[in-house]
Amino acid sequence: MGSFLRRYAQPYLFIAPAAVVMLLVVLYPFIYNFIIAFSNMSLYHLRNPEFVGLQHFRTIFTEPEIVSVFAKTVIWTVVNVAAHLFLGVGLAILLNQEVKGRGIFRALLILPWAMPQYITALTWRGMFNYQYGAVNLMLRALHLPAVPWQANEYWALAAPIIANIWLGFPFMMIIALGGLQSIPKELYEAAEIDGAGWWFRLRKITLPLLKPVLVPATVLGTIWTFNNLNVIWLVSHYGEPADKTHILVTYVYKAAFHYYRYGYAAAFSVVIFILLLSFVVYFLKATGEKGAAG
Amino acid sequence: MTKRALKSALRHGALALFTLATIYPIVQVVSISLRPGDRLYTTSLALIPEGASLDAYHAILFDKPFLLWMRNSLIVSVSVTIIGVALAATAGYAFARFRFPGRGAGMLAFLVTQMFPATMLLLPLFLLLRKIGLVDAMPGLIIAYVATALPFCVWTMKGYYESIPVELEEAAMVDGTTRVGAFTRVTLPLSAPALMITALFSFMTAWSEFMVARVIIQKLGLYTLPLGLESLAGTFQTEWANYSAGAILVCIPVVALFLALNRYLVSGLTLGGVKG
Repeated sequence: MGSFLRRYAQPYLFIAPAAVVMLLVVLYPFIYNFIIAFSNMSLYHLRNPEFVGLQHFRTIFTEPEIVSVFAKTVIWTVVNVAAHLFLGVGLAILLNQEVKGRGIFRALLILPWAMPQYITALTWRGMFNYQYGAVNLMLRALHLPAVPWQANEYWALAAPIIANIWLGFPFMMIIALGGLQSIPKELYEAAEIDGAGWWFRLRKITLPLLKPVLVPATVLGTIWTFNNLNVIWLVSHYGEPADKTHILVTYVYKAAFHYYRYGYAAAFSVVIFILLLSFVVYFLKATGEKGAAG
Repeated sequence: MTKRALKSALRHGALALFTLATIYPIVQVVSISLRPGDRLYTTSLALIPEGASLDAYHAILFDKPFLLWMRNSLIVSVSVTIIGVALAATAGYAFARFRFPGRGAGMLAFLVTQMFPATMLLLPLFLLLRKIGLVDAMPGLIIAYVATALPFCVWTMKGYYESIPVELEEAAMVDGTTRVGAFTRVTLPLSAPALMITALFSFMTAWSEFMVARVIIQKLGLYTLPLGLESLAGTFQTEWANYSAGAILVCIPVVALFLALNRYLVSGLTLGGVKG
């Protein structure tokens, strides 16, 4: 034991401060969360919680809303990540060619990433206002019907998705731009000499060579989007109309901090975590990319 | 027009169009913040409102507790930055330079935390803080933010340290410096770019966070900027002009920092991002 400590004292001392914080603020709550998940803790049973076994897990899977919340989570995540990838890679390809004022374009296009997310979300909520919001004013100016962004269940999900696409594409753009710059120009020249069109070059050179950068970025983006509380919560004003605009994480947040269903929310968090973890493991296996997991 | 020129024009046109769409919401905020008090609800799309004035800026600075929110946010953000950078600089060093039992598990644990839904830590943390009386107290918020920012910061620092040749430290140690001396006097100064990114990220995490603050802070006097601004935008009778003026004031420093460190950020991210 003594020699073990002497051998590893240095790294452990270097790591100790961070480890203490992580143990206190991550590991301890993590374990405590499981305890809450199996108890009937709520505002009424704060001091005297009782063990209730799997009761909350049963409730979760028999809840009538769960299917719709889950479906909305999938739509939210897939549409956002797909749009981020499409716009990010597309703009990166444009920017990577001969462009006058590239620096200015780049700086302006990166702005949504620099703005605090809550400001983006609150600003878009204002823009989605039925009567005074800029989006509907523009639609009206184009002689199109105004859209009930905040009153209709489906438009109310579209609104935060639009806001989130806006704030998320610059990250992908920067990542893709970094990847593009490492692709040798000779490959394109050779392809051009062989008479390959731009579609061929995109499919056979650009995308395959971007894959090593895009796969980890997509995994990260998926996790972030799936877990993003801010945007949908603030754009839909806590899930309006009538708690219809929720993804899994905002649904649980509301259950925990607005309805005080502590045990239920803790159990639901565990379900979400397992769901996300299995997705990431599966995705990394399917794309054959081990690098991202270190 | 040649085919080449046409292509170039299309490219510039597409970029310009998209850039316009991108900055439109930002221009919109600026525009609303300039609206005079009697034209808050307008259906005009003019970018510079009729009778533009700085009234809203005056109102947010002097009639609203904006400066108090800013003070609270600064206390929290600066504390998080100092603690976060210190912890990430040391822990990242251990991961980069030593092989020890628990190293792999530790790195993986940092990654896995990214997959926790916010509520999984926030709810138990909130209940614990309530038990020990740290709800409605800055230290509770600060420690929660440090833990949020730490995984990314540790990975960034580790990645950067690994790009610095070990030989520099070895040379210093041959000359009689201790390991700690080599770290503080050789490696740390060379890691300035990564330290900047870590600092920026820690600061932005704390400066921009809403959902955790909403739970931990309830007392009006302890409101941070996100809580304060949301309260302006969240009421039934939204004060859009005041909100927009506040939003601009909050954004200017972070956007400026972000743009200044733009290039750094990309190199730091790619370096620290995916290396084992």
